[in-house]
Amino acid sequence: MSNIPADLKYLDSHEWARVESDGTVTIGISDHAQGALGDLVFVEVPEVGKSLSKGAAAAVVESVKAASDVYSPLSGEVIAANDALSGSPELVNSDPYGAGWLFKLKPSNAGELQQLLDAKAYEKVVADAAH
Amino acid sequence: MSHITEPLIFKHSRPGRSAVGQYPQGASAEVPEKFRRSKRAALPEVSELQAVRHFTRLSQLNFSIDTHFYPLGSCTMKYNPRACNAFAMLPEFLGRHPLAPNSVSQGFLACLYELQEMLKEVTGMKGVSLTPMAGAQGEFAGVAMIRAYHRARNDLERTEIIVPDAAHGTNPATATMCGCTVVEIPSLPNGDIDIDALKAALGPKTAGIMLTNPSTLGVFERRIQEVARLVHDAGGLLYYDGANLNAILGKVRPGDMGFDVIHMNLHKTFSTPHGGGGPGSGAVGVGQRLLPFLPIPIVGRDGDSYRWLDENDIPQTIGRLSAFMGNAGVLLRAYVYMRMLGREGMHRVAEFSALNANYLLARLKKAGFDPAYPERRASHEFIITMKRQAKELGVNAMDFAKRLLDYGFHAPTTYFPLLVPECLLIEPTETEAKEELDGFVEAMIAIQAEAEQDAAKVKGAPYNLPVRRLDDVRAAKQLDLTYGMRNTE
Amino acid sequence: MPFIPHTETEISEMLAAIGAPSIDALFDEIPAALRIKSLAAIPDALSEMEVGRLMQQRASQDGRPLNFLGAGAYEHHIPAAVWAIVTRGEFYSAYTPYQAEASQGTLQLLYEYQTMMSSLTGMEVSNASLYDGASALAEACLMSVRAHRRSKSARIVVPSTLNPTYLSVSRAVTEGQNLSFTVLPYEPGKGTLQFSRLEALKGEDITAVVIQQPNFFGLMEDVDAITDWAHANNALVIAVVNPLSLALFKPPGEWGTKGVDIVVGDGQPLGVPLSSGGPYFGFMTTRMEHVRQMPGRIIGRTVDLDGKQGFTLTLQAREQHIRRSKATSNICTNQGLLVTAATIHMSLLGAAGLEAVAATSQRQTSKLVERLARIPGVKVVFDGYRFHEAVLQLPTKVSEVLEALAKRNIVGGLDLSKLYPELGNALLVCATEMRTDADLDSYASALADVLERKP
Repeated sequence: MSNIPADLKYLDSHEWARVESDGTVTIGISDHAQGALGDLVFVEVPEVGKSLSKGAAAAVVESVKAASDVYSPLSGEVIAANDALSGSPELVNSDPYGAGWLFKLKPSNAGELQQLLDAKAYEKVVADAAH
Repeated sequence: MSHITEPLIFKHSRPGRSAVGQYPQGASAEVPEKFRRSKRAALPEVSELQAVRHFTRLSQLNFSIDTHFYPLGSCTMKYNPRACNAFAMLPEFLGRHPLAPNSVSQGFLACLYELQEMLKEVTGMKGVSLTPMAGAQGEFAGVAMIRAYHRARNDLERTEIIVPDAAHGTNPATATMCGCTVVEIPSLPNGDIDIDALKAALGPKTAGIMLTNPSTLGVFERRIQEVARLVHDAGGLLYYDGANLNAILGKVRPGDMGFDVIHMNLHKTFSTPHGGGGPGSGAVGVGQRLLPFLPIPIVGRDGDSYRWLDENDIPQTIGRLSAFMGNAGVLLRAYVYMRMLGREGMHRVAEFSALNANYLLARLKKAGFDPAYPERRASHEFIITMKRQAKELGVNAMDFAKRLLDYGFHAPTTYFPLLVPECLLIEPTETEAKEELDGFVEAMIAIQAEAEQDAAKVKGAPYNLPVRRLDDVRAAKQLDLTYGMRNTE
Repeated sequence: MPFIPHTETEISEMLAAIGAPSIDALFDEIPAALRIKSLAAIPDALSEMEVGRLMQQRASQDGRPLNFLGAGAYEHHIPAAVWAIVTRGEFYSAYTPYQAEASQGTLQLLYEYQTMMSSLTGMEVSNASLYDGASALAEACLMSVRAHRRSKSARIVVPSTLNPTYLSVSRAVTEGQNLSFTVLPYEPGKGTLQFSRLEALKGEDITAVVIQQPNFFGLMEDVDAITDWAHANNALVIAVVNPLSLALFKPPGEWGTKGVDIVVGDGQPLGVPLSSGGPYFGFMTTRMEHVRQMPGRIIGRTVDLDGKQGFTLTLQAREQHIRRSKATSNICTNQGLLVTAATIHMSLLGAAGLEAVAATSQRQTSKLVERLARIPGVKVVFDGYRFHEAVLQLPTKVSEVLEALAKRNIVGGLDLSKLYPELGNALLVCATEMRTDADLDSYASALADVLERKP
């Protein structure tokens, strides 16, 4: 059973988004995703300052058996990227919602937040994927 | 095998050692300072015997067709006849420069011309180019020719290539390399293409479809003629991935099925050596529509003399894919193989690979293993799934594969095709004797029993090889790609 | 039936186990309309003895002319031990090392190869080979587009002294991916890149600059200046080199201030016979920072469950069988058998041996040029420092001269007149360490006869 925190938003491609108190958004991949990938060996994070549109490929997570694109749940400007991952990609496995965050955005389109899945809807996505 | 350890050759190096009989003495170059190499490359300094012993011992660490049954699905690990090697390496062929004049190349060109003709005949195609150097390059040529065809007719919107989800990874990778977009369509539970999904995917943007038949699921696409008709009616072309040609050689021809272009894997179907990962050869065959676009050079005949055809003869060619004319030595081996098979031998390839595959399938089924498509005949290969063992015993396909190595069999292909969970794709080929197949079944039965009694034992395999299971994660995270990169141990 | 071991009894037993009445029944899923009636155009089978005789006849027909052709494939002595080992069944008939535990021989060898190629080229890391030098250059161009974050142009600058077939293959293989190639001319009379034409591109968005060293004419380019210019202009540098020449010359990893970014070439001179054109192998080395963009297989060293050293394919997530449509390339095979030959060859010769072969080849070409230049009407086109090839100008049509030489059992060189029409009746000749002084004399006297129109 994978962990799906109730206070986050999700994409059905297994990214999560957390709106911080200052209005910025932190983004990462879910517990289900890190489990499916296996031990991560490399993470490529986006450059600070880069503009992303919703759904654009923003980062790459690579394990021994797969390399997957990480899609940005929202449009906006990248204001921070988790540099700790270059030395320790395994943080994404051990703490996908905390120390394993990938990047932070300053969102440019407030309306897009509504389009994301809530925890319950994402639970269903994960349950369906288990077949 | 597990007792052999062979250090890196750099460990045998000593300054000043050499195999000095191997190179000319006395010349020294006067290189201007600005071009001169100041420090020698870190190549080994060993005696000839040390080098010979080192590499001979390394060879003894390998499984190979010459030493082990190698039922790798989709790879067609059949016997590589030594005669093919011997005759391809005759000194005159071996010493010939690729750009030597046609007048001193007639013997070589005759072999290649006849190979082109034989490949046309067995595939039902109108033209063949032998230049692609591997299956993946053959695929590239195929898709590039399809694009060239549409562009020549000013049909510039056709940029989509339809690929079944069961396809080999090179197929979508190739389509992308050619600047096309990939449209994936699903397969049905019985292994055939979903025709409704195909119809939905076809349209004015369709450049073509990439298929293999039998598919990677090991079953024959029974409605291939309907698929061909649908794709052609929509204005697209059909590309045949010849990886599974062994299943139909001498029985069906891709040209007759409606394919417009096919690549052949000479290192699979035509038994040229796998060499530890290459060289391959991905000759392409085309129907009438794509003849003008074949990659060059191609051997042509004027009366009874042969010459290379190039840009002047085939002005709409997609171009050259290699510096010379492809893997000539591999082509000669394939030629010798086809001459030794002859007409009757061609028929027998598919017959006996199907016999061996279906026999193995029947015996494994009877022994309690789960075929992925129990209602279908095997083609030249078939899939069994270890999904049940993974769920009930915690022992998966990879564990079975590793334990098979201990029993002296190279494992089948694992985890391909991606559609079937915990799969083993098994292709015995026609050159294996019945008792080899029986031995494989016995090993699988024994491993199943081990899995039931002591799962940890199977999960810890292999035990009898030069190394135990390797830490892949560490290999990718702590990259150690050259001696000295991390340490000099 | 060649290669098929089944007896009639076994066939019956197997059909019984399957529950099929005949082998033919195994094909009942195939629509009858598609079944082949006969492969009439395929000849009857030949026994091994018969096909051996046929192949010997064909080989004898072509004979063994004395070879003075280079142009990307070079005739060097290969110690007998190399192919004796390469053709051992354990190397010859092994497959791609996907089951690492059963392939430690191949994998360790490839790791040793990667080490040697990296060192030879002066770079940090190597892959386990690509198909050939020309396609390796195409892959390098694609790699430079992927690796170069800031350049948007996908524009590759190449000198016209790059092997023309390499350019042609690069265009064909990258077709469909929106690269453009800008070809810069050479300095007439000098035969090396016209540097002012490169400087004229200052400030333009260039993704990569390609340098071949020695160039197609056998001459040496000013690689330090070109490398530094490219880097100052924010372009990557791709070097195309003859690996044997690196025994004498400064490796690309030391060109200019920073060294180049990607090195490619054909490994054929290292233990691979001419073989009528292939199989050869392409090599590629690069900096560690670009390793994830490098196509092809890569072997890494690691440990097993007991802590014992072992080797395995690594960074596979970039490759076609995992990444599929997002792969760095569609490449699947490498040229394993040829890399095996090259690794054994490099081990037998070592750096000292390669140096001796390179120096002797250079000397023999120099002697050849001296002899041929004495023939009335024959001119040396470029005077600069050369490796082991030279461009000569003849007083008459080169193709006719080559045909006449072929009748005298000599392959005289490459006709350059169509590739470089501005050079007129130009011929590219090469003499390696395998051409003795007597061979050089034979060529000189044959050429003199031919030019005097003797029969």
